[in-house]
This record gives sequence, structure tokens and C-alpha cells, in this order.
Amino acid sequence: MVDKTTVISENLAGKRIAITGSTGFVGTALVERLLRSVPDCELVLLVRPSKRHDPAERVRREIFKNNCFDRLKTQLQGTDEPFDAMVARRVHAIGGDVSTDGLGLDAAGREVLARCDVVIHSAAAVAFDSPLDSAVEINLLGPVRIAETLHTLGVTPHLVAVSTCYVAGNRRGSAPEELVSEGPFDLGLNWRKEVQAARRLRSDLEAASRDPEHLRELRKEAQTELGAAGAPALAAKTEQLRERWVSDQLVEAGRARAASVGWPDAYAYTKALGEQALTEVKGDVPVSIVRPSIIESALAEPFPGWIRGFRMAEPVILSYARGLLKEFPGVPEGTVDVIPVDLVVAAIIAVAAIGPEQAPRITQVASGGINPLRYQLLVDNIRAWFSEHPLYDAEGQPIDVPEWVFPTRGKVQKQLRRAKAIAETAERTLQALPLRGTQASWAAKLEERKNDIDRAWEYVQLYGLYTECEAIYQVDQLMAIWDGLDDTDRERFNLDPRSVDWVRYITTIHLPSIVQHSRAKTTPGKNRNDRTDRLRRSVLSPERHLAAFDLENTLIASNVVESYSFLATRRLNVPERVRYVLRTLAEAPGLSSLDRKDRADFLRYFYRRYEDAPVGQIDEDSKDLLHQLILLKSFPAGMRRVREHRALGHRTMLITGALDFAVEGLRPLFDVIVAAEMTVRPDGTYSGELKQVPPTGETRAQVLADYCRAEGLRLEECIAYADSTSDLPMLECVGFPVAVNPETRLAAIARKRGWLVENWSKSAGAPKPLLPIGNLLSDRERKKVFS
Amino acid sequence: MPRPGFVLEVDRSTPPVLFWRGENFSLEKLPAGRSRVIYPPEPLKPIDDVDGAIRHALLNPIDQDPLPALLFPGMKLTIAFDDVSLPLPKMQRPDTRQRVIEAVLDMAADAGVDDVHIIAALGLHRRMHEYELRHALGDRIYDAFHPRGMLYQHDAEDHGNLAVLGETAHGEVLEINKRAAESDLLVYVNINSVPMDGGWKSVCTGLASYRCLSEHHNGHTLQHTRSLSGHREHSALHQSIWRMGKVLRDNGPKLFQIETSLNTDMFPKPFDFISKREWEWTAKDRATYLATTKSLERTPLRLARKIFHGIQAPHRMTSVQAGETSAVHEVTLEHVYRQQLVPVEGQTDVLTMGIPFVCPYNPDGIMNPILVMCMGLGYLFNMYRNKPLVREGGVIILTHPTYREFHPVHHPSYIDFFEQVLPDTTDPVVMGQKWEKQYAEDEWYRHLYRTGNAYHGVHPFYAWYWGAHGQQWAGKVIIVGGDAPTVRRLGFTPASTMDDAFEIASDVVGRSPTVTHLHVPALLVADVS
Repeated sequence: MVDKTTVISENLAGKRIAITGSTGFVGTALVERLLRSVPDCELVLLVRPSKRHDPAERVRREIFKNNCFDRLKTQLQGTDEPFDAMVARRVHAIGGDVSTDGLGLDAAGREVLARCDVVIHSAAAVAFDSPLDSAVEINLLGPVRIAETLHTLGVTPHLVAVSTCYVAGNRRGSAPEELVSEGPFDLGLNWRKEVQAARRLRSDLEAASRDPEHLRELRKEAQTELGAAGAPALAAKTEQLRERWVSDQLVEAGRARAASVGWPDAYAYTKALGEQALTEVKGDVPVSIVRPSIIESALAEPFPGWIRGFRMAEPVILSYARGLLKEFPGVPEGTVDVIPVDLVVAAIIAVAAIGPEQAPRITQVASGGINPLRYQLLVDNIRAWFSEHPLYDAEGQPIDVPEWVFPTRGKVQKQLRRAKAIAETAERTLQALPLRGTQASWAAKLEERKNDIDRAWEYVQLYGLYTECEAIYQVDQLMAIWDGLDDTDRERFNLDPRSVDWVRYITTIHLPSIVQHSRAKTTPGKNRNDRTDRLRRSVLSPERHLAAFDLENTLIASNVVESYSFLATRRLNVPERVRYVLRTLAEAPGLSSLDRKDRADFLRYFYRRYEDAPVGQIDEDSKDLLHQLILLKSFPAGMRRVREHRALGHRTMLITGALDFAVEGLRPLFDVIVAAEMTVRPDGTYSGELKQVPPTGETRAQVLADYCRAEGLRLEECIAYADSTSDLPMLECVGFPVAVNPETRLAAIARKRGWLVENWSKSAGAPKPLLPIGNLLSDRERKKVFS
Repeated sequence: MPRPGFVLEVDRSTPPVLFWRGENFSLEKLPAGRSRVIYPPEPLKPIDDVDGAIRHALLNPIDQDPLPALLFPGMKLTIAFDDVSLPLPKMQRPDTRQRVIEAVLDMAADAGVDDVHIIAALGLHRRMHEYELRHALGDRIYDAFHPRGMLYQHDAEDHGNLAVLGETAHGEVLEINKRAAESDLLVYVNINSVPMDGGWKSVCTGLASYRCLSEHHNGHTLQHTRSLSGHREHSALHQSIWRMGKVLRDNGPKLFQIETSLNTDMFPKPFDFISKREWEWTAKDRATYLATTKSLERTPLRLARKIFHGIQAPHRMTSVQAGETSAVHEVTLEHVYRQQLVPVEGQTDVLTMGIPFVCPYNPDGIMNPILVMCMGLGYLFNMYRNKPLVREGGVIILTHPTYREFHPVHHPSYIDFFEQVLPDTTDPVVMGQKWEKQYAEDEWYRHLYRTGNAYHGVHPFYAWYWGAHGQQWAGKVIIVGGDAPTVRRLGFTPASTMDDAFEIASDVVGRSPTVTHLHVPALLVADVS
């Protein structure tokens, strides 16, 4: 049953409460607690519409599906009003966005907002790597826009703005519950100027990123990453890299600006200015600011350990447990100001319930001033806990957690720099080697390792500042609220930081929760490769429509040069063969470099050699090509896979730059063969010129898309098998890409995107012809004339 | 005078005995006092005047008019011959088939016959390579007939070129090569290496369609084929084939069967020591053994295979007879038994056999794991008359490296069989019901069988069925020296040494079982009393 009334719920009864940021960590907990513990209020959730879903759908998917609501759902089961009905009655979702002027509300939205009694603003860009401009738009201007919108609507509901204790900035000692601008360390920053500067910086960087020299570099970088993936893929990658560059610069700028004016990061800096701006523009709107410190998993409500998303300490703790982070900077006797989310939520609700007249202007919800958690205690308990409950590595071996020695930040950064340099060198070396399949996946693993180091670097850079921060946040106002609550409210809305027993909290609530949440491996024994099996099953599902295969290195370990050599030497005698082999060996390096530069150009150039070849002779000799060359070099598992697709009723397609007659032998495997075709002269000889562009790179994606459109098939239900990044356009255009014996770059991409990777090999024991040339024919056969 | 077969009781002075191990050998000490080694009879003295004997057989056939009397101008003559699966190893040139067919062609030419087709009766085996056809038939025949399309290979999947001749009383359909069926005379040229071959089996398998073959080549029939080398009445397979033979005789073309038998002179120098009895090895033989095994250990497998498959055996013909199929075959069997039969007293608890590099299904190819099973439990196990050498529920120990290697051109469906079917089941009947159809009708395998040099898609099933009786009969099968995961996939137990194998076998047959070793090479049929 729903809880009975208390003073808090009485005060909020019949009120309509608008909430921003309800899809976030605090927001979700807030919605849950209001629905469960304040039975008579209504909620208006201001949610940004996403590309795919309208606000109502987003609320349903992103808020009410969370396990936060499990308790309430169970409570309401079998009552007159089940959960869904209750939500339908009490919750209204409206589309809006705090980073747009006027909050992006439509007329209906404005009307709903105008009738709210309380507005709780908890939307924020909390990520430590938010670009400066978006942090400014959301954290600084968000509250301003809300106040301005309320002015426009001519209403004055109680605005409860969620901020952070860290607005106090980098300081040692007591941090009282007052505006920074009213404190002794105020620099007198003008928030409007900061906004302008951030916006200008964005446009400057956008311009700088388009500098020709810079674009050339980005293009080169894209080329290194993708190889010969074709112009469209390269363009997309280059643009992505440019956008990332701008964003990275803005992140760096935010960090630098924050540090220059005394805040640990852009989040705290923009939040601090946001408080100042709100105070300045609020007008008649009564404002209460609630400042939590580092919010962590729930102490008790809705259940112990509930957490949503990983934000602050969790990634650090997990990196440590995974053995990635050997050391982490910090002062052992320093305080880590952590506060469970349910206490924060209770404080926000209490402030809202007390009402604008009596609520304190600023309430800090923190533990440091009243029940401090020492860094040493935290670290010792984490270490002890993970020693007892280790995580396991991919091989199923327990990971040993290192002793924590409290080094300085500089030392840790040096270690990480070294590790990163080693990983980068190894990665470059591996990428330069012509690796495939399993070996190529080392490179992919290495890249992952490098990313891990990168992440650890970020944590150290940022959270190091937090752990080294020695400000003590005072909670006098919070305790005053607590003192004013009666026993029932105290029981329902615990907001007392003294109630947290840190050792118990860390070892029985927080750590088990985040380990479970992280899906880290907690049992010994090697992973059975469930993911690969699952992917393979989804690829081999009867619902798929079509499977497209590349040929070279996907189904056979051979290439167009070998096919040509076979056909060209078929009717030569021994001395002629020797001459042919020598000549071809001499040409090999040139051909191979041309191939790397542009596949289509290479094919056009190479196929000129077929000029004057009689069609009849080539047709006859091609018959032996399958049995004497292609089959010997084939991957039996690949051939089997093609037929498995056929057996499931999928269409099968071969897309190859090889010539049609060279792959004619594979016809029974495929419904469609897309290959290069040469024009034939009236005298029955080949011209050496191609009929159209050979199917390579992005042409393949186009061919596949055209075929699907013509046949009424859906690309999302197609599967593509290929081995190299030059096939990236084809792999990307289908729903089920499969990397076969991927070369290093594709292995890395496949790993990142979670694609199925197959390592197929030639049949062990297959005869290995020394050279790809046909058996010596009898004199009569050799001299046969084809007209 | 060649010595007959011999059963050696192993005592403490008996030297270690030779075991094949694929492309190598080993010497193994067998437990004294309770082991015996069965040695084949020595090669019989061959016919001196082979061509004369062939001519004599053609002119004096059994229960049939002489060949010249059956030939007339304007007739359709078809000559079918056994394919590359026989003999093993391939015989030194000229091959028996060449000599016989040349004799037949001479008589046909004398009679003014010009419509002659020569067909390789390969059933569902792989098509022969050009060099194999040339080896079996000689260049003269090849160059005269092949370019004109009159020498070709039977195609069990060419539905336009197959003809149904009728049904047996059991409802089995006899469907064979159309040209052969519509000929005025069908001459079949065989090499009878083992007693299970020849007779009606020649035409009814070699020229049959897949549908016809599947009537008797299936798990059920082969589990009930309790005597492949001995009494036909205990072989469900031969019963079925002989029923088809009756249909062939009644509805088919006039048939002139020519059967030949060979002696067991299988290995030329320097490999001749392997056919000798170990206690008779000279110092030179021992040195050759050491040099051979040591160097083979260091030889890459591909090269070792090349060396072994390059061996040309000095087999010689011991008999040739022609005429009516049943009657001819009885005579042939007498000759085969004369060469191969060894009387053995009583069964044994443990039967040991060395598996060589070749079996009928991998000439010039790879002895893949399925063929190891087929050779051990299908061929060697079945080389008995009356009852198997090993008692029911006894242990069979094979020696072979059982590498997980396959020939991609010859055995494409074997690869998939190993990866797809064997992990699912090793039971011949279950796999027959669940998987056989899919493999038999696979378009890709059919394409490779018809245009390349691949065994038919269904062939790995047949190879597996061949061992069905042995698989059912044995309480345990152990492979010594095999790749462990591969051996397990076959449903057998891997062991690293012969001693380990005996240790493992003790679970089934106790601490001091009787042991019998079938001495291969040279073929023998144990007449077990």
C-alpha cells in the first residue's frame, strides 16, 4: 500500500510539481519517491523529445522501465489502481529543452507549466567531459531560462534548483551555505560575459577546424583508420573526426577556464555561475537552491544500492578492481564527500514541502561537515572488499588489487603517460604488419587497452581534483530542516547524513551494487564465447533476407593475380612458364602498391592483360580454375556458411572485383554474382576493358542497396561478410555485418562495434601449389586453337 | 613356393611388431604369453604370360559364349572398368585394366565394332584425374578415345543418362548408366583385391545412380552386414546386390564380366621390409626401418604423403576369368582366398591394427579422420570369415596420427560431415535419418562431384556406414597416437602409447586380455573358427 500522509506529503498534497532532468540519476529517484511517498501530488516531467521517441514514450522507456520503480510496482499490484493507471493519472510528460530559449515549449506545454506550484530543476550536464559551450548552455543558462519562462508566463511557483557543493571551488576549510558571489573568494565574474566567450569560442573553433591544412590532416587520419574504404566512408569519417576535434577543444577549454578561475572543472564552474545568474534574474520567483556533494547509490530507498548510470567514483573504483588503475592520487586523511541519492531526494522534497517562505535559500546536502568519510577508510575498505570478492579477467583468473600508496597526482600521471606511450607504439607496429584473423584481434585488444588507459587518465585528471579537494561543506540548514521534521517524516524522508555507517555502506551496499551494475565478471572460469554464439545465431536466423559475400580472403585465400596467372600459363610450355613467373615476380611490388592505393584503378590496369585473349579458351580454362586453384585455397567453413544461408531460405550474393569467368565455378553457391565484366570484340577476343566500374568500395554498398530495393528486400535484414576496411561501406549498410579474417583495422572496428568476427582457414593438409599455375597440358591440348 | 599365412604366438623372445601409423610406422611390443600376430600368406606366384591368360579367358569364358561370338558390326559395345580405388597402392604399369581392355578392343576391332564407349565405373567416388586414367588405361587408349568423347566417367547424378532396369522382389530399384543399359554388350573389367568386391557388385554399384546405391548403402543394411569378406548370406549388403544382379541378368544388357585377382606383393624396395615377418628382418632391414621412420618423422606431412602415394606396387596377376558374372565370381573368390585366407583359432579380447596412409577412398589424397574410422572398422575389421577376430564387446586398438586434415578438392563434404554431423551424432542410423538427405542433395557437392574431382556429397556417410558393424560390435575403440580431440569427435578413445591403450582397454577386457594383431600390409582374410 502507498504510505499514509505525513507533514511533508500533506504540504505537497494536491500540488502540481514540474521536474526537469527526470531521466537522470537524481531525477528518476525523485519521481519515484514523489509517486510513492507523496500520494496526492501530480508530476509534470519536462523531457527533451529525442529523434526516435516523443516525450511520453521517452518517459515510459527511460524512466518507468528502470528498476527504481520495482518496489512501487509491487506495492500497487492487485490494488484498485495498478502502476500504469496511477502513472497515467498523475504524470504528464511535456516536450521541452532547457538549452533552448523559452524552454522549447509549445502552447500546451506552456499552459501545463503555468499551472505548476513547484518547479524542481535537476537537469544538468554532469559529465566531466562536457564541452564548455554545452555546459554553459545547460548548467549556466538552464536556470536562467526557467526563471525567464516563468516570468513570461506570469507565474511565481516555488523554484527548487539542484546545484552542487563544489560550486564553492577549490578551497581548504569550511564552505558555508551561501552564494559564492557573497563569499570572501568571489572574483566578481560576469556570467553574461562568460556565456558570450563560450559561444564565441565555439564559432572560432568551428572555423579553425575547417582550415585547409587541418582538414588535410584529418583526412589523412581518417585514411589511416579506414584504409581504402572509398570516398563516402572517408568523408563521413573525416567529418566525424572534425566534430570530435572541436568538441575535444571545447572540453579542454572548459577545463582550463574553470581551473583559471578556481573551480575543479567546467561542471562546478558553470553551476556556480548558474546560481549567480539565477539569483540575478529570478525576479518574483521564489528560489531555493539544493547543493548535494558527490551523489552515490541509495542507502535505503527505493532499495539499498539502487544506482542509475556511472558518474563519479564508480568508474574509478571499477578501474581499480580491474587492475587498470594501480594508483590514484589523494590525501589519506582528506575527506571524500559522498552522499547517498535517497538522502538528496529527501532533502529536495523537504525543501519543496517547506515552501518558499520558510525554506532556506541554500541547502547543502553533504557528509563532510558532519559525518566525514576519510579517503583512507574508503580506500582500505575497497581494497579489503575486492580482495575478498575479486573480479575475474577474461581468462577467468581473479584480478589482484594493488596496495594503494596515496601518490601525488604528478606521479600517477607520469606512470599513465608511459603506459600510454608503450601501448601506442605497439599499436602502430601491429597496424603496420600484414596481420589477419586472430593476430589482428591482438591489435584490437591493444587498442581497447589504450582506451582504458585514456579513460584512467581522464579520471585522474579530473577526480584527482575532487579527492584532493579539502573543502568542508557545512550542512547547518539541512540539519535545521531535519530538526523541524516530526518522527514520521524523519522515518519516511531520511535526509540525515549522520545516519550513514560508512563501512557498512561501502561494503554491503555500494560496492556490491556497482559490481552488479557494471556486469563485471565475478565468477571464475573462462567465458564461454556466448556473445559470438548469440551473434552467429542471429545471423543464421530464418528472418534474414540476403547474405552478401566478398570473395578474396573472405571465401578464398587467393586473388585476381593468381587467377590470371593460372589462366595465362595454362597453355604455355615449361620455358615460357619460367619466363612468365620471373616477369610477374618482378612486377609484384608495383602491382601491390597500386592495389593499396585504389582497388578499382588497380583492377582496370591489371585486367588490360586479358586483351586479345580468346573467349573460348578462357571459358574452357576457367572450368579447371575452380578445381585446381580456387578450391585448394578456399575456406571450407565459408563455403559451408554460404550454403547454410541458402538452406535457411536466404538469398546469397557474391560481390567481387574478380572477373565473371573466373568466379563462374562458384555459380551454384550464389543466387546473384556481381563481378567485373570485360567487353568482347567482334572477333571473339576480350578487349581488356571493363564494361562498367568494378564493384569495389562504396560501389558494393550501392549494388547491394539497389538490388534490395528492386527485389523488395530490407537492408536491415541483410548480412554482409568481408575482410577489409575497403568493404566498410558494404558492412555498414547492412543490419548484420560479419568480419571474416579481418585485417588489423577492420578487427579493431569490428571489436568496437560488436560485430560478429569469423576466423576461417584453409583446409589443413590441402596441397600447396608452389605457384598459382595450371598443370602442364599435353602438346595437343596446349596447341589447341580457339577462334 | 610361397609360404602360407601364419599365426605367431608371442613369447618373450618375439621382437616388437610393425604397426602402420599413417605416413609412418612403429614397432610395438605385444604382451607375451597371450598375444598372437596373424601374418598373411606370402605373395603367390603370378601368371607368367598375362596377355595369353587374358586371351584364353576371353576365348574360353565360363557359362558364356566366347567374346568374339558376342561381337558384331554396328553393335553398341560398352566397356566399364573399376576406378582408382583399386588396387592399392596403384600397380606398376601396365595396369591389369589396360591389358584386359586392349585385348577386348582388339577383338572388337577384328569384329568390326566401332561404337565403343569406355566408362570409369566410379559410382559415387571422385572422378579420376587425367594422369590416373592414363595410368589405368595406358596412353594409347586414352589418346584414342578421350578426345572423341568415347572415354568418360560414370555420373550418378546425370539424370538424363540413367536408366531404370527394374525392381527386386524387395522393392529395390536398379538404376544404372543409360549407355551401359542400352548396349548390346556390356563388358566389365574388374580387379578383385578383396573378397567383398566383384560379382554383381561391379555393375550394381560402379554404374549405379545415387538412388540405386542408397538402397543398400545405408546404416541399417551395413549394421546387418555381418560378413563382408566371407559368407554372402550373412551380408545384408551382398544379399541386396545379388537381388539386383538378378534384375540385371533378367532385364539388363548382355553382360560379359572379366575378373582378375592380384597377388599381395604390395611394396617395392626400399619399403619391402614392411611385408616381411619381423624376426626374419636382416640387419639391412632393421637399418632401413630406422632410417625410414626417423627421416619420415622429420619430413613434412605433405611431402611424406607425396612419397607414399607415389609408390607403385609390384602386384602381379594371379588369375583372370571371364563369362557369366556369378560363375566367374565364384572362381575369382577361390583365387582371392588362396592368396588371403589364414585359418585362425578362436576370437580375441583385443584386436590391434595399424592404419596405413591409404584406403580405397583417398588415392593421391589425405587419410582424413572419417577414413581412419572407415579403414579400421569398415575394411580391416571386416577381413574375416565366419566370425570377427575380436569377440563381441572386445576392444579394437588402431594406430594412426588421425590428424584433422582433409583434401579440399577430393573430400569437400567430408569436411562438413566432420564439423557438422559428427558433433551431433556418430550413430549411422540416426545420421542417416537426420543428415544424409541434406548432403546427398546439396547442389554444391553435386557440382563438385560432377565437374571436379570430389567424392559425392553423401560419400562420407557411406564411409561411416562401412564401419557400422564394427562400431556396434566393439566394446571400445582406441586410437594410439591420434590427435585427441579429433579421435574423441569420432566417438573413440585417444591413447598416447600402446601401453596406455592396453591400460584403457583393461576397463573393458580386464588386466590380462588376449591380444591379436592383424599384420598389415598385405591383405589377409582371417578364417576364424
